[in-house]
This record gives sequence, structure tokens and C-alpha cells, in this order.
Amino acid sequence: MTNRRTHGRSHEIPPKASIKLGPTLEEEVFGEAFNGQVVGRFISYISAYKKLLWVAIAAVLVFTISSIAIPLIVRNVYDDALKDGVEDKAKLGTMVIIFLVAIGFNFVANYLQELIVGRVAERILVDMRRAMYAHLQRVSLSFMDKTEIGKLMSRLQGDVAALQEFLQTAVFAIGDFVLLIGIIGAMIWLDWRLGLMTLAVLPILFIIRIIWLPYARKSFLRARVTSSIVSGSLAENINGIRAVQGLSREYVNYDLFDIRATDNLNAANRASKFGVMMLPIVDTLTGAAMAIIVIVGGFFVLGGTIEVGVMVAFVLFVQRFFDPIRALTMHYNVLQRAMASGERIFEVIDVPVDIQDKPDALDPEEIDGSISFENVTFGYMPNQPILKNINFEVKPGETVALVGPTGSGKTSTTALVHRFYDIWEGSVKVGGHDVRDVTQDSLGRHVSMVLQEPFLFSGTIFENIIYNKEDATREDVVAAAQAVGAHEFIMKLHDGYETPLEQRGGNLSLGQRQLLSFARAIVADAKILVLDEATASIDSYTEMLIQQALARLMEGRTGMVIAHRLATIRGADRIIVLQDGEIIEQGNHDVLMELGGLYSRLYSMNYASFDDIPDELIVQATQADDGMAT
Amino acid sequence: MGVFMRISRMSLKYRWRLIFGMIAIFMASVFQLALPILIGSAVDAASGLDGGNLKIANEMVASSIDATTDRFGEGNNPAKTALIIIAVFLFIASVGRGLSAMIQNYMGESIGQNIGYELRMLYYEKLQRLSFSYHAGIHTGDLITRGIVDVEGVRMFVQTALLRTVFLVVLIGSGMYLMLSEDLVLGLISLSFVPFVAWRATAARLKLRTNWYALQERLSGLTKVMDENLGGIRVVRAFASQDHEMKKFDEASNKTLSLANVQVGIRAKNISLMGVAFMLSMAAVLWVGGLQVIDGELSPGELTQFLAFMSILLQPVRQIGMMINGYARGSATGGRLFAVLDIDPNIQDKPDAKPLEITSGTLEFHNVSFSYEDEHALNGVSFKAEPGHTIGMVGPPGSGKSTIAHLVPRFYDPIEGHITIDGQDIRDVTLDSLRKAVGVVEQDTFLFTASVEHNIAYGDPWAPDDRVEQASKYAQLGDYIERLPGGYNTMVGERGVSLSGGQRQRLSIARSILLKPQLIVFDDSTAAIDAATEQRIRAALTNLTKDRATIIISHRLSSLMHADEILFIEAGKIVERGTHEELLALGGHYNDLYELQIRPSEQSRNSQNEGSDS
Repeated sequence: MTNRRTHGRSHEIPPKASIKLGPTLEEEVFGEAFNGQVVGRFISYISAYKKLLWVAIAAVLVFTISSIAIPLIVRNVYDDALKDGVEDKAKLGTMVIIFLVAIGFNFVANYLQELIVGRVAERILVDMRRAMYAHLQRVSLSFMDKTEIGKLMSRLQGDVAALQEFLQTAVFAIGDFVLLIGIIGAMIWLDWRLGLMTLAVLPILFIIRIIWLPYARKSFLRARVTSSIVSGSLAENINGIRAVQGLSREYVNYDLFDIRATDNLNAANRASKFGVMMLPIVDTLTGAAMAIIVIVGGFFVLGGTIEVGVMVAFVLFVQRFFDPIRALTMHYNVLQRAMASGERIFEVIDVPVDIQDKPDALDPEEIDGSISFENVTFGYMPNQPILKNINFEVKPGETVALVGPTGSGKTSTTALVHRFYDIWEGSVKVGGHDVRDVTQDSLGRHVSMVLQEPFLFSGTIFENIIYNKEDATREDVVAAAQAVGAHEFIMKLHDGYETPLEQRGGNLSLGQRQLLSFARAIVADAKILVLDEATASIDSYTEMLIQQALARLMEGRTGMVIAHRLATIRGADRIIVLQDGEIIEQGNHDVLMELGGLYSRLYSMNYASFDDIPDELIVQATQADDGMAT
Repeated sequence: MGVFMRISRMSLKYRWRLIFGMIAIFMASVFQLALPILIGSAVDAASGLDGGNLKIANEMVASSIDATTDRFGEGNNPAKTALIIIAVFLFIASVGRGLSAMIQNYMGESIGQNIGYELRMLYYEKLQRLSFSYHAGIHTGDLITRGIVDVEGVRMFVQTALLRTVFLVVLIGSGMYLMLSEDLVLGLISLSFVPFVAWRATAARLKLRTNWYALQERLSGLTKVMDENLGGIRVVRAFASQDHEMKKFDEASNKTLSLANVQVGIRAKNISLMGVAFMLSMAAVLWVGGLQVIDGELSPGELTQFLAFMSILLQPVRQIGMMINGYARGSATGGRLFAVLDIDPNIQDKPDAKPLEITSGTLEFHNVSFSYEDEHALNGVSFKAEPGHTIGMVGPPGSGKSTIAHLVPRFYDPIEGHITIDGQDIRDVTLDSLRKAVGVVEQDTFLFTASVEHNIAYGDPWAPDDRVEQASKYAQLGDYIERLPGGYNTMVGERGVSLSGGQRQRLSIARSILLKPQLIVFDDSTAAIDAATEQRIRAALTNLTKDRATIIISHRLSSLMHADEILFIEAGKIVERGTHEELLALGGHYNDLYELQIRPSEQSRNSQNEGSDS
């Protein structure tokens, strides 16, 4: 008995898990602290709110200055109004009024900075998310095909939030920096000797933080990585809950999840140890600074070198002096995270949109419904053409069935009609226009598509059928549902057309979902219909409904169908047989049977669908073909 | 309030950490409050000697200075000596404050982390036990958000708000006592901001809580919109409905934005109002206290003490804003989380449940009825599946066939009648043993982002390779897997190789037969598999199924024609039963279906044979 991972069954041996714990995660959260490009790009998003942000920065400065002013005013109270001999109630009154003015400024500035920074940050969050989302609506499908949705979602959510946090802290960091400079300046201005002596503790703090930072960062990072592993593991379990329960995997998963959650707990606890470690250090240094002020400052006061108010101001300053330093080192973490997030966001935004409307693209109101492929060569990867020199024409109103083994290029052919991808050579024409000469929107209007797997959105049945055709009426929707034979089952539902669908239409059967996607295509009312028939066999009743619906759908339209059902294939005006990206046979059923080529051999194997024929048989069939040719 | 009570009760479990945290809070307050007193005394000492005597107003400081000088001897200048002594005290108090703050914070965070861990595990466990009907009714994105964002919200609440509230109450409370006993008027003035802050805090908390709740819901909505857009990107492209999708997005996004803006507004208003209230009382202290100093009723040191006390309170007062947010978020997120945790899974082990004992492996439905909410799905269904026998089930969609499949492993419970395996009611045995004995192959196959091997071995992660390979071969998937670039280690799922519908179903079959369940239910699980391949799968499984009961639900008659008994189900009732031949002879629904399905393809075969003959 061999096992790629273990021998035997034991809980000490890790079970076959599913979430990958790769090093990629670490790379993802690590980033440089500063990336000029990212910051530059980010600023371009901010620039729309430049004026507001200037106001915010001004507010931050006013707030900081008024915060610094308060201890200075207190000092003046002591030295000008309260000192022995000076004692002056009028002066005290003036000082208090100045104090009140400072408070007024402080209040307004505080309100403005919180409000503006908060709102601009929220706004930019929305803007960036929107930019990324809008871009994803335009990028090529080849990009979407190979990108995991979960990853895109985490960029749309987590990474954008990290940048929002960054903007918030960036503005406040300016305030903290000014505060620090201001406090240092004020202390030196009040008394430079005492100031310098008090500031002597600063380098110590810096040195400690420099030693501390790499360890702390590593522990913070570890906490974050383990936390995203936990999240991934949870998400996977929720998505696969039916498989989990059906296969009784709950206990194994619970244990695996426990390992990850415990790992995260330990990492988080370790990180918080590093975090709280700074508290006594900062307080010790504050204590040292205060002791210096009391001894040195006190002696100066006794010696008459400084006034007692200066000493009071110093003590008040020292209380606030470490806050900005602490905040600034915290900002460093945020900065680092933001850079990594920014890179990931711009990576998405920078994915080139390779399919774009020409500046002078046409937007024809009406087209005649013809499709033609002229010498079309196309592939997804360089030097690996999927379609080779394809030529065919579909006349308006004609229905053509595309037939061929898996990988023969049927799906690619249909995708090209809609210009999901751009071809390498030749031209694809719809209604006589090269698809590259018309707008993509007009293609969307004139070409309807029904995909193999019907995708439904959350919302009511009505909303799903009407989809983006907002000018359609309720009657149109009902008529479409009646045409495809969906009306009956819809009316049996609780709220009829207003019945909300569960996720992906989970409360409907596959056949019913298909009928809805047909109805959606009818409402869209395009001249050309491209349809990828579902392979899965459904019950005969629905099957019959679907066949009827298909016929209704094709009425008065040009149809291009990737056909799997014999009935559909035989019902087509013409059959195009594809193999390895080439058209090998064309004609209606009888003609092709007569011909005795691949089609007739595949047909005679009596498989319900050409797609699931075992490879060996295909090979046999095609070899027979080759044999005939030679 | 219930939410806070529950969270607080959870934290009681960490008794020692709480006790240490509380002690640290107490210590921190003592040290914290010592600071202004010491600073005030330092000002007094620095103000010099009054007729050769130190005039330190605070008696405690004065007497401890005396005590120290008694022991260590007085220097040449008592004021300088006093300053040095005060400086040492200040240093000690600062270090003490830092240490106790460290302990307090660490205890808070650690309790928070532990509660977060606990909630996460509880949530995970609950989700695993909640029945299919619950999961069907809720969007997965919503559940994920709760498990990640809401747990985080509660954790942050415990970490930042719970212990800190106690700290603040102790600090402000004992500060109040000290200040009021020092000077009633000045004490009242310097504390005049407290009621205002308390009032704002309560008002803001209520507003923020509803806001947080709404925001969290909106965010779930936005997630749903984005997730579906990306998942259905081909539909979006096919209908060129980018504009429509952007509109949906903007709608959802703007809703969250306006709620977030409201939140920012509330926060900005409160933070600044609380700040100004605090500083106004500081101004009042300065004025009233200043007048008293001028009148000689107060020493400058005492005034400094009040001011220093207030500046120490500045930071905590600022934190109140943050804490309110934490409270609001904690109750909103905790509420959402507990809503899930409180659901009683309607399907669970009875307290005295025993493991299922398989003697022969006979499944029996006794007059079983079932309904989803108010729709009747099954009505008085009875049948018996014996080992080695195959039961086929066919019928129109929505007739209740899948419901039968789901009742066997107790994904749902019948409302009437009962189901037994070897005479034991399945509600009396443990779920785990039942589900291990019953293998349901579902129509939809969920692929985990993992290797093919891990996906197949999902139900038995310790299965040796040869068993995994054998199961794949039986399911007619082995050849395909071996041709994959990485063989069994090829990644499938979202970021791996994509499998066709038929391949996914074959994988699902391999998954189930790997477990060698005593009872196998194929719930329309071969729909995307070609009939011929299906026949080969069935042939490969003969060995496995020869002493096991098999139930085959299918639309395709060729899949179940050879069953020992075929049940034709319509509207939740068995309307016809018998072997294929018997049912054809009956000339009822089954016969009609046969006419509809088998005849055409036989005809086509015949016509094609004719064609090839000619």
C-alpha cells in the first residue's frame, strides 16, 4: 500500500487537506514601505478631492497648532498672572479668553479634519473599487478565465480598504509630524537647555524601536497571514458545505480548521505581546523625561533661571510628546500594507483592455442577421491556433449547428461572433460589418447568447428575465416566458414572477433555469442568437419543453447552435462539423450521412452528445477518416 | 444588551486573565493618579521655600518626602532634595503605569483573541451542522462575511472596549474622589465634562449601532453584486450589459457610501464635541483655580495637579469615541453572529443516539411524508431496498425524487412516517454513522481548490493511493487523470484545470465509492455523463454493489431500466411500481415516458442502420 503522503490511517498524520498553505501568501502581504509608483497613482485618485484635502490638511495643522498652544497659554497663566507679585485677575481673564479662542479653533479644526478625512477616504474607497470593477467589465475574457474570483474579490474589498486606511492615517500622520516638530520647537524655545536634556530620551526610543520593529513586523505579518488562511478555510467550507456534510467530512474539517484557528490565535497573541511591549518602554522614557524636568527644571526655577510656568508647560508637553512618535511608527505598518495593496489593485487596473471600440466604430440600428467567417485563424496562446482558416457563412434566418468533438473549436467560434476575443487573421462579419468596426454595445444588442450553464442573478424571476432590457414591459416578459413554456411553472411558484431566486437560482431545477435563460434571450430580442446547448440530460418533459422553446427562440432569427442533442442537430438547416479547428464537413443531416465521414461515424455510435464520446472512439473515428482520405 | 451580556459572560471563562487585568487596571489607575499629584508637588517644591519650610500642599507627598529624608538624611537644600525625591517617585510611577498598562492591554487582547477563536470555532461547527434547508436559503457570501468580519468586530470589542471601560470607570471614579476631596468646587468644575461626554457617548452608541448594522447588511449586498457579476461575467458580456451592471454596482456602492458618511459624521461630531467639552472644563479650572491662586486660597502646585490630572484624562476621553464605535460595532456584529449561533439545527443526534449497526443493509421507507415549508413534497412513500438490489426512481421534475435521496442521510427529516436501516429508525442513530453508511452522489459537484487526489479522497483523507486510483478507474476517470499534466496531483477547482460537467460527475462518483458506503444513492448524478460511459461505470461497480442496496434516480430510462424495482413518482406519490417489463405492460406513465424517450432513439438507430445498409 503506497500513499503519496502517508502510510496508514492516523490522526497524527495530516489528512489530505485542501487549502494550500503556500509561501505565496507571505509574498502577498509583504510589501516595500514605499513605492513611488503606487503613491503616484494613488495621488491621481486623490486629486479629484484636492481642494477638500487641502482644507483637511489645514484643519489638521490648525488642530495641531492649537493643541500645542494650550500648554503655552497655561505657562503664560502661571508666569504672567499667577506669579508672586504679578497676581493679576485681568490678565488671567485675558488668558482664559485666549484659551477659549484656542479651544474654539481646536474644536472646529477637529470636527473638520475628522469629517473631511473620513468622508474623502470613504469616497476614494468607492472610487477605487469602482475603477477596478469597471475595468473588470472591460478586460478580455482570457484574463477572467484564468483568474480566481475569490482573489479579485479580496482585491475589491480588502486591498481597497487598506488604501483607505492609508489615506486616513497619511493625513493624520502629517498632523502627528507637525505636532512632534511643534512640541520640540516649543520646548527648545521655552528653554533650550532643559529642552535638549528632555529630548535626550528620544534617541533611546528610536534605537529601541529600530531593534523592535523587524521582530514586531514579522509577528504582525504572521498574524495576518494566519488570519487569511483561516478566512480562506472558512469560505471553502461554506461553499462546499453539501459535499462536506454528504461525505461526513465535518470532523476532519473541524480539526483542520482548529489547527489553523489555533495557529492564528497563537500568532495573534504573540503579535500583541510585541505590541504591548512598547507601553512600559515608552512610559519609562516618559518617566525619565519627567524626572529630568523636575530635577533640572526644578533647580533652574529655584535658581531663578526659568519661571515655574515653563516647568509646568514642559510637563504637559512631555505627556503628549510620545503619542506622535508611537503613531508614526504605527503608520509605518499601515504604509507598508497599503503599498502591497496598491500594487495589487493597480495590477488589476493595468490589465490591458485588448478589445476596444475603434474611435470611429459604427453603431448600426438594424442589421440583416448574416454571419460570415472569412479565413479566420485564432488561438488563445501564441503559436497554438484553435481555429485554422475557417470559412463559412450563415444567411439571415438560417440555423446552423456546430458539431464536433471536445476541443474542436466550437465554443471559440461562437465566442468570436460576439468579439469576446480578437482573431489573428481573417475577418468575422456580423450583418455585413466586421465585428471590429462596430461598437461592442451594438454587438450585444444584435447578438444574443445563451450559455451552456444558465447563470442567474439574485433578484426576482422578473428581474432575471428582463435583465438589462430596461425598456421591456411586463407583457414582454410574460410573453417571453410563455413562448419558452416557462410561464406555467413560474405561476406555480409562490410569488409568481416576483419570486426571489436563491443564489444562482438554486430553488429551480436545471431545466427551469435553462428556460429562464431562453426567456431572457427572447426579451433581449436580437437578430442573431448564439446558443451553447446544455450537455446534461434533463427529464424528458422539460427536454420536450426546451426543444419547443428552442424552435420558438429561433423563429425569425439567425441561429448558431453548438448542438449536442440529436434532435437539435437534425433540426438545423445546416451542420458544420469541426475537428481540430478546421471545418471538415458541411451540409444537412442527410447530406452528411450520405457522405459517410466523421459525422456519420460519430452519429452511428449513437452517443447522445458528441462531447462525451471517449477519446479512443474519437481517435478511431478520425483515423478511419484519414484512412479514407489516403 | 443581551449581546453584551453574552460576550461578557464568555470572557468570564478567562478568570485569571480577567483578575490579572483588573489588578493591572487598579494599579494603572493608582500610578496614573499619582502622577498629577507628584507633578503638582514638584511645582510646589520648585516654587521654593517659604520661610525655610517646604510648602508642599499634598500631605501624602509631603509626609513621604519627610520619611525619606529621615532615613537618608536631608541635603543642604530641602527644596532640591524634595525635587530629587519627587523625580524618583515620578519615574517609579511612570514605570509602574507602563507595566500595568502593558499587562492590562495584553490581558484584554488575549481575552479578545481567545473569544474570537472560540466564536470562530462555534460558528464553524454550527455551520457544519445546519441543515441543507438553512444553507439553501442564505447567500454564501453573507455567511462568509459573518464568519470573518463579524467575528473580528466582536473580538475588537472585547479587546478595546471591555477592559478599557472598566479602566476608564476606575480612573475617572477614583480621580473624581481624589479631586473632590481635594477641592470640592474645582473638582466639580474639572469633572463637569463627564456627564456631557457620557450623554454624547450613549446617544452616539445607539445611532452608530443601527448604522453599523445597516452598513454590514449593505456590505453583504455589495459583495453579492460583485461576486455574481464576476461569476457570471460571460452573461454580462453576452448581453453587453456592462452599463446595467455598473448601475447595479453604483446603487449598492452608493448605499454603503451614504451609510459610511453618516457614520463619519456622527463620529466627527462626537469626537470634537467631547474634546471641546473637556477643554472647556479645563478653561474653567484655569480661570476659577487661577483666581483662587491669586486670592491665595490654592497653591500653584495644586492647580497644576488639577491641570495635569486633566491632561492625563485627555487621551482616555479621546478613546471614548473609539470605544463607543467598538460598542456599536460589537453589538451589531455580535447580534448577527449570535443569530446564526442560536439557530437550533433541526437535524441533530438524539441525546441517546447510538451508532448505526449494519446487519444486512436494508433500507425501508415506511409511509414517509415530507414538505418544504408549506409545499408538499412527499406523500406516504413506502418502499424497501434490499442488499444486492437496485431501486430505480423516475418522474417529472419536482415530483420528490431528490427529496427521497436527501431523506436517507437525514439532510432533512420526514414530517410523517419513518425510515429504517436494518430496522433502526435513522433518527435514533448518530448522524455520523448514518452518513458514513449512506453515500449520496449529487448532481452538482463542488470541487475544492486542491489536487484531483485530494478531491477524490475528500471523504476519507487517509485513503491510500491505490484505493483512490481504483475509485477513479471505477468511475471511468482514471485514464483522464493519468493524462493530466500532473496526474493525480493536478490542481482542479477555481484556479486549476477545469473539468467538464461529465468529468465532475464522474469525480463525484469516485468520491462516493471510495468510501464504500453500505447504501448508494445516485441522485441524477449521471445526467452529464454519456449513456455508454454510464454503462461502463455501472459494470465496474457490480462487484461493489452486489451486496449493497442501490438507489438510482434518473431521467434517463436506460440508467434504471434494469433495476429490480422501478418506482414512478409523481407529485410526491409513488404512482406506479414494478420491473421494467411490468411497468411497460401496465401501459401507464412509465410506458408513456418510454415511448417518448427510448423509441425515438431506437428509431433513429434503426433508420441509421437502414441508411448504412443501403
